[in-house]
Amino acid sequence: MELSSILFPVLVLGSMGVLFGVVLGFASIIFKVEQDPKIPLVRECLPGANCGGCGYAGCDALAEAIAKGDAKVTACPVGGQSTAEKIAEVMGVEASATERTTAFVKCNGDCEKANSKYEYYGAKDCSFENTISGGHKSCSYGCLGDGSCVAVCEFDAIHIVNGVAVVDMEKCVSCGACINACPKNLIELVPYNKKIRVACNSLDQGAVAMKACKVSCIGCSKCANTCPSQAIDMISKTNLTPPAKLAKIDYEKCTQCEQCVSVCPKNAIVKL
Amino acid sequence: MSLFVTLMAAIFVNNFIFSKFLGICPFLGVSKKVETAAGMGVAVIFVIALASAATWLVYNFILVKLGLEYLYNIAFILIIASLVQFVEMFIKKSSPSLYQALGVYLPLITTNCAVLGVTVTNMESGYNFITSLVNGVGAAVGFALAIVLFAGVRERIEKAPIPKAFQGFPIALITAGLMSIAFLGFSGML
Repeated sequence: MELSSILFPVLVLGSMGVLFGVVLGFASIIFKVEQDPKIPLVRECLPGANCGGCGYAGCDALAEAIAKGDAKVTACPVGGQSTAEKIAEVMGVEASATERTTAFVKCNGDCEKANSKYEYYGAKDCSFENTISGGHKSCSYGCLGDGSCVAVCEFDAIHIVNGVAVVDMEKCVSCGACINACPKNLIELVPYNKKIRVACNSLDQGAVAMKACKVSCIGCSKCANTCPSQAIDMISKTNLTPPAKLAKIDYEKCTQCEQCVSVCPKNAIVKL
Repeated sequence: MSLFVTLMAAIFVNNFIFSKFLGICPFLGVSKKVETAAGMGVAVIFVIALASAATWLVYNFILVKLGLEYLYNIAFILIIASLVQFVEMFIKKSSPSLYQALGVYLPLITTNCAVLGVTVTNMESGYNFITSLVNGVGAAVGFALAIVLFAGVRERIEKAPIPKAFQGFPIALITAGLMSIAFLGFSGML
């Protein structure tokens, strides 16, 4: 066996490898993309769960937005105050105080309290059930209890309890994944330390809501009239006669006096 | 006309996934959502088209001329890996939006056996440059078609009440098998 029959292929392949390596090396210089040195530093401070709660595609995308100045240093809802302070240090700005928020499911109509219009035996998926005449509940606004929100929660912070989704406020990091998963738009972010909540999202007329569920808001406006700090608005759907109304608490004004909780005839306003 | 036959044969009859069983890893890995599957499909079309051209040139003008045909496997792997790296850099610089769309999938394709499979098929069949290119694009379109169809089926399966033992990959593999049988219907058409 000749030595050249081994050396020749080695040389050819080796030189091909070296050639490609050199080309790639030059290419990496020519095609170098200028990156803000702050991006990796900001990225370090973020939790790295890539939950998308901030509204960006992931922690990397948020870091880029913060470094560019498109997003605030407090944009990460999961990291909260401590993360915001670290990022503020990197960016050289002051972090304003962030208020801790938590997700809240605006429905309390569990299996005993809410009436059904049919028995549902289909796939355990809320958006699927929702396509079948708005789900099994008589109330077209209520929680379907199939757990689409539970499936998307990365933090084990939401569970189906007796047919209704309930948020574990201690575990919730308010990433907002459940909000997007809910076909009924039942979940919203509320301040963690405001414990008086309207546990109903029904914009049906009073008489309809009355029949559908034992704990529905019938829009009687008693709470709004009672509230000493005018923190309750009645949002209404005026294309109906009489117009359908729903109580909504303005958490900036609410002093948690609990007068609305005791005055509500349907127990639709709850203290958690 | 014969180019058209080559294209159709590559897409349907010799579908890379369903009749040659190449590129199964990304096929199962990136097929949970139609959106990501389509992204992967487009990236594969892009890379295979370039790889078909580059390997044909290297094989015919370097390996054949030097009498080193038997080195084709290792040479092709070298070419594909460098090419993907280069393309990634180029796209990152020239079109950040395209990079955002394809970026995640490009490095994955480096080690995708479908790419090597196409180039080796081209070489073994003795295709000329244009036919190689057409065959490559056809095979890649076949891959994209298969992965997008499969992702659509998997999205539906997610919602169905599957027995616990079959949830996840088992039902995905069974589905892939059934789709493969369906694609058998194309064999013998051309």
